[in-house]
Amino acid sequence: MVKVEGLETLMEEHPFFEGFNQEALDLLAGCATNAKFDAGTVFIREGDKADMFYLIRHGTVAQEIRVPGRDPLVVETLSEGDLLGWSWIVPPYRWTFDCRAVELVRALGMDAACLRAKCEQDHSLGYLFYQHMVPIIARRLWAVRMRLLDIYAPAPKPKL
Amino acid sequence: MDTSLAADPGPEIPPARWSGVDPMMPRPFTVKRVRKELADTFTLELEPADGGGPIRFQPGQFNMLYAYGVGEVPISISSDPDDPSVVAHTTRFVGSVTEALVHTRIGSLIGVRGPFGTHWPVEIAQGEDVAFIAGGIGLAPLRPAIYRVLSERQKYGNVVIFYGARTPEDLLFRKELQSWRSRFDINVHVTVDRATGRWNGRVGFVTQLIRGGGFDRHSSVAFICGPELMMRYSIQKLQEHGLGNDRIFISMERNMKCAVGFCGHCQLGSQFVCKDGPVYRFDNIEDYFSIWEL
Repeated sequence: MVKVEGLETLMEEHPFFEGFNQEALDLLAGCATNAKFDAGTVFIREGDKADMFYLIRHGTVAQEIRVPGRDPLVVETLSEGDLLGWSWIVPPYRWTFDCRAVELVRALGMDAACLRAKCEQDHSLGYLFYQHMVPIIARRLWAVRMRLLDIYAPAPKPKL
Repeated sequence: MDTSLAADPGPEIPPARWSGVDPMMPRPFTVKRVRKELADTFTLELEPADGGGPIRFQPGQFNMLYAYGVGEVPISISSDPDDPSVVAHTTRFVGSVTEALVHTRIGSLIGVRGPFGTHWPVEIAQGEDVAFIAGGIGLAPLRPAIYRVLSERQKYGNVVIFYGARTPEDLLFRKELQSWRSRFDINVHVTVDRATGRWNGRVGFVTQLIRGGGFDRHSSVAFICGPELMMRYSIQKLQEHGLGNDRIFISMERNMKCAVGFCGHCQLGSQFVCKDGPVYRFDNIEDYFSIWEL
C-alpha cells in the first residue's frame, strides 16, 4: 500500500500528469512501477514487444537505431520530464528504436496492456490520456521537422 | 501577475553612437591571428596599426571589415569587451570578402570601420536571471555578452546558456563551452540536430532545451542569436514559459552595407538594422519580425 502511495506522489510530480484529476491518478497508479537503468543499459530493443512506456524522472535516454558495422545512430535524446515511447498505442505494439540510458535513469514505468485495458473500459480516462499524449507526439514531430530543415547550414552564397 | 518590464520600465537599448571619427573612413588594423574554428568558420584577431587607441565596443556590436581591393562586410565582434587590446571577429567564409579575409596573412593590413549598432543590454538584467539562447554561429555575437555577465557574475541571478548546433563538429567555441560548463555558477545546455561519431550529449532542436528552464519565468531576461527561424521558435518557447516580449532581446541580420543608415540596404520597415539594430528588444521589432523581404 505504501508503495502505491509513493508511486502516486511520483506521478503527481511528473509534468505528464499535470491536469489529471485524483480519480484518474488513482486508476493509473495501478499500472505504474518504479524503474531504474544504469548508464549504458539498453533497456528497449527495436522490434521487441512494446509492453511498457516510461516517464523520465531523472537522467538522459538516447533513442538509437542499430546499423551493422558502425556505431548506433542517435535519433533523439530524452530527459527529465519527457515521455519515452508511444509504440504501445500503435499496433502491432513493437518498439521502433533502441533506447539506451546515457546516464543513470530513474523513471516511472507504465504497463501498456494495463493502460490500454483501463482506457478501453473508461473512455473518459482514455480521452484524457490521449489529450496528454497527442500534444507530445505533435511537439516531437515538429522538432524533428525543424531539424530536417538544417537551419544552421550556411546561407546561399551572397553575391559580394 | 504582470511580468513585463513595461510595468517597471527598464531602459531601452541606448541608440548606437560613433566615437567621433568619420564613420565612413576605415582604420588600418594588423591581422594578429587567424584561427580556424570549424570547417567553414574562422576567427580574425586584429590590433590597430595606425597608432590610435583600441576599439572600445559593447557586446553585440559589429565592425565593417574591409579586405583591400575586394570589398567590405559587416561582422559581429566576438571577443571580450573588457579587453579591447585585441578585437576578434568570428564568421563563416561564404563570399569573396570573407574568403579573402580567411586567407589573410598574419601581419597584413585590413580596414576596419566601427563599432556600429546597438548592443546586448546585459546591464538591465542585473539582479535577475539571464538566459542566453544561441543557434549555430549565433554564439559568436553572444559571446561578448556572456563574458560581460561572467565578469560581473555576482550581479546576476541564475545564468543559463542554451546552445544548438548542426552536428558535434559544428559546435563553436567548444573549449569555452566546456570551461563554462565546469563552473558551478552557470548552467550550459548543448544539443545538436544530428549526432555523429561518439557524441554522447543531447540530440534535438534547441527549443527542446528551453523547456528545462533553469531561469525564473517572471524575472529573467533572454538574449537570443541565431537563424531567424530558430529565434522565432525560441521566442515562442520563452513566451510559453511566461516571459514578456520586453524581456527578450534578439539580434537581426540583414544586408548591411554603409553601417550608418545612409544606404538603406538593411532597411526593415522604419528600421535600419545597421543603426537601430542589430540588437532589438523584441516588442520593438515584433511587427517586422515575420516580414522576410521589404
